[in-house]
Parts: sequence; structure tokens; C-alpha cells
Amino acid sequence: MSDLTNLTVSELQAGFRCGDFTPADAVRAIEQQIAANDGRIGAYLARDFDAALAAAESADVSLPLGGVPIGIKDVINVLGEQCTCGSKILAGYRAPYDATVIAKLRAAGAIPFGRLNMDEFAMGSSTENSAYQITRNPWDTGRIPGGSSGGSAAAVAAREAFATLGSDTGGSIRQPAALCGVVGLKPSYGRVSRYGLVAFASSLDQIGPFARSTRDCAAILGAITGKDHRDSTSLDLPPEDFSARLGRDLTGIRLGIPKEYFVDGMDARVREKVEAAIRQCAELGAELVEVSLPHTEFAVGVYYIIATAEASANLARFDGVRYGHRAKAPSDLLDHYRRTRAEGFGSEVKRRIILGTYVLSSGYYDAYYLRAQKVRTLIRQDFAAAFEKVDALVCPTSPDLAFKIGERVNDPLRMYLADIFTIAANLAGICGISVPCGLVEEQGKPLPVGLQFLGKPLDETRLLGIADAYEQSRAQEMPPGQPAQSEAL
Amino acid sequence: MIVRCSTNLRGESTKGVHMSTPNLDVRDVARLARINLTDDEAATFQSQIGKVLEYVEQLGRLDVSHVEPTAHANPVFNVFRTDAPAPGLGRAAVLANAPHSANNLVVVTKVIENP
Repeated sequence: MSDLTNLTVSELQAGFRCGDFTPADAVRAIEQQIAANDGRIGAYLARDFDAALAAAESADVSLPLGGVPIGIKDVINVLGEQCTCGSKILAGYRAPYDATVIAKLRAAGAIPFGRLNMDEFAMGSSTENSAYQITRNPWDTGRIPGGSSGGSAAAVAAREAFATLGSDTGGSIRQPAALCGVVGLKPSYGRVSRYGLVAFASSLDQIGPFARSTRDCAAILGAITGKDHRDSTSLDLPPEDFSARLGRDLTGIRLGIPKEYFVDGMDARVREKVEAAIRQCAELGAELVEVSLPHTEFAVGVYYIIATAEASANLARFDGVRYGHRAKAPSDLLDHYRRTRAEGFGSEVKRRIILGTYVLSSGYYDAYYLRAQKVRTLIRQDFAAAFEKVDALVCPTSPDLAFKIGERVNDPLRMYLADIFTIAANLAGICGISVPCGLVEEQGKPLPVGLQFLGKPLDETRLLGIADAYEQSRAQEMPPGQPAQSEAL
Repeated sequence: MIVRCSTNLRGESTKGVHMSTPNLDVRDVARLARINLTDDEAATFQSQIGKVLEYVEQLGRLDVSHVEPTAHANPVFNVFRTDAPAPGLGRAAVLANAPHSANNLVVVTKVIENP
């Protein structure tokens, strides 16, 4: 039954509905694959097969995601399960409620399953900042899977999940999707409720799916979207069929190529694959238009001021009073706070809280935080101007291939610069998707390259249609199951 | 807990402003953020955060004197909902995660000092 793990969500559902196999078979197939494989990959922090099997036994396969197990990043609350955010400070915490996306997945018939590894509080680009374990790239286990949603991406790539949820604050869905060779969608700001997502940077955070096809991402987005009074930034929008534009070509689509996203420092082989994919889009009927996003070079700087400022405020709640780790025998309240947080947080989280506190502090607020917010406006205006000329943008997801474990841990600035092509989408609130566009041989092993499409705010239906058209045109070149072929399983 | 931050939102005269070499004392900021640092951490962070601040100096090159700041990706303001009571999580569920509780209450570190 283990070959079930190679199926996409839509293939799995077709099988359920015609009775070829059951949701319980799907859960057992995942269980076997995790047992055989996750010791090597390290995608999961926890999993409860008994609960998943019980849910599978009573699943209604006529529902939109009926009987489909979906892995969950360990930053989204699922009633009764751990939610560590990859941090020691939340060791032992059990979620007392379901996040809105989880309630919506359940209502659509899906089975939220397992807790996936991540960089602590979603701060990182490699999943090396998890306090619990390293997650390895299924294509080459000496390399990182990307981050911060590295567990969510690696699980889908390694056939240990059919689909997963992650969160994307500066590329944390799209970048690991690219480096692991799967599809990852960051919805527009306001599209999906964040109630029950542990907050990192609230003006940037968004929840989205990983899957092995764009079609699956469309189905999951359809299940989790919607206005939620418990997240006042979620938007009240008319119902939408995100699969409405799947299965078409690119006739009549104007695709913008942002010239600032093809920079000297990027891996030449990544560039070559992306340029070939763009030519493929033209063959599918797209009209290619060069556009400029002139403030691109400032995006990383703006992001690391705004994201850390917001994080320093959001993470103030981890004070050892109501939940989480508390330092033993504090001498007074300040000692309680300072030791609780010193013991509970890892290095990257401390570094970002300190940076965020600094840029908000009296005397520096205007020079850093307020200025960054103003440059953010310029970045938004760049996208608005580009989208007057084109329907979507096409560019690389990451300037590099998956790098080696440990290679960048002592150089935070270099790690931050790896996010250069994904960050601006969060600053502008637009939607983006990464789809696989080829393999590059590195030290004897093929490594995936991601192609990123960026769409106007709330234009997911068109974005998914464009990504699907490209994906369908190349499905033969990179069939599912590649990781299984590239390393002996 | 409270992290100190400036409330100066009156705008700025940004033209020609330089972010100058950052006057960063990591220990002082960590104190504001309620995090104890070891000597090693302080030294490492001082250098690493200093490099990030040097990098973001590039924002000083732009003239933003006539640009409005963006706080949120969507220009949505004043979101209201009906002020209706609804069930909460329940005392037992909430206290289950407290590091120290007694008598159906969270036990906290002493806040008031002895006279």
C-alpha cells in the first residue's frame, strides 16, 4: 500500500470516491513511510496515528477534502496537541483550542495530522533554528530543506505527507517548497485567518499549503480561506472557486519579468533553469514583459526592521506566567522574566527580539522603524505599478540551491539575504507560489529549483491557473517520486 | 510584560537623515527586552546585530520625506464586531498550561516588594 504515498490529494480523493482504497489506508501508508523514512529526514516532531486512524474510519469522502490527512507546522494550534513553535519555551504546552484553519480543515473533511518541524518561532531559512532537531532535505540529507517551514516541505517531498500547512512571513512557505521540489502557496494578506497561528510578525504572517500539485494547493486554500471575526485582518470576500482557471494554457496572460530579480550573486544554474521555465511560459502563450521593481534592493533591510520590531512585541507574551517554561526559584519578577526568556529562547530568537527592541526604542524609532515603514510603501507602489502592466510576475524563488547543514549558521546576515526574492511579497501583501522547475546536479545529487509566480493582492485564482499551466507543461520531466528515486528507499 | 517603545509617531524630518554608526549596547537592549545574556552571547550578538544594522543603513539613501508609512498590507481600519458574550476556553483548559497554579488560579512571582 506504500505506493499510495506518491499520489496527489486529488488522486487520493478520486481513489476514495471510487472505493479503490480508504482514508484509513492512506493514513497507514503515511505511517509506514514515516516509520521507514523519518529517522533519516526528521520532518515530524510528533504524530498520533491512532487519532488519525479514528478520524479516517469516520471520514466523509464526499466532502471537499474528505479523508485527506494534512500535516501541520508546529506553530498552528490543534486542540489537545503540542504546539512548540520549535522552541523550548513551549515544551509541554498543549493547545486548548483549534486554530481557525484547523476547524475549517475539519469542516472540509480533512484530518489534521502530525506536528512538523520548523525554525524556532518561524525565524530562519533552514530549519536549523529548531530547538528539537535538524530536518534534512530529502534530495540530499547533508543539506537543509529551507525554512522556516522546513518540516512541512520535507514531509511532502519525502512522501511522508500528501499535503501540509505552513506559514510564510518572508518566504517560509515558498523557499522551502523550492528547495524541496514541491508546490508552496503564500496567500494574499487577509485571505486566511491567523487565529491560532502563534504570531511572529503580524503585518506579514500568512498561513498557506504545501502539496505536490498546484491543484491540491487550490483545494486546500478553498477550505481554509474566509472572514473570521477572531482575526480582524481577515477579509470579508465573496466565495471563490480557486480551481476555476486550472487546466488552461497561458494565452492572453501577460507575465512580467522583474529585472531586479536576476542579479549577479545568484547561482547561474538556478538562473538558467528559471530562464528556461520562462521561455516555456512563452511557448504556452504568455506574453513576456520586462518590468522593474526599483526598490527591491531595500526589501531585506525593511523586512528585518519591521519583522523583528513586530516579533519583539509579539514574543513579549512568553513571560513564564500563564504557559510555557518558567525559570526556577526567581529572586524577583525581573529575574523571573530575564531567566525564563534566557533559558527558553534560542539564539536566533534572542537576536531578533534584541534587534526589534532596538529599532523601536526611543531615539531610534524614527531612523529605523518609521523609515522602514515608509520604504515599505515604496515597495508596495513598485508592485502596484508593475501589476498595471502585467497579470503576474515570474522570477526565481531562491537565489541558491539547498545549502549544506551548518554552512550559514554563524552568519545571520548571509542567511537573511537568502530571502531576497520572497520577502517583498509579504511586505506588499500580494500572493505568491513556488513550483518546481527543474533539477541541478550538485556533488552527484540532483537538487530542485523553484519558479516563483507573484500575483496581485487577492488574485489567487489567476495565480493558481498560471502556475498550473506551467506545471502541466512539464509534469513529464519531473514526475512525482523523485526523492524516492534519487536516494535508495 | 512590557517592552519599552517610543510613541513618537509625529513624523520626522527625514531628508538627509543619516542612520550613522549604530550606537548599540546589546546588554542594555537585552535588559529592556527582559532577556539575560551570557558574556559570550553579548559579544556575539553585538557583532552580528551590528552587521545587520550596518546593512540596513542603505535605507538612509532614500528620500522618504513625502512618503506615508505602511503599517499593514491592507488598508482596513476600525474593524467592529458585535459585542456579544461567547464561551471562553474554560478554567481547567487554561490552567492546564500554567507552569504553577493553585486554588484555580495561576501562581505568579511576587510583584510587590516588602516595605
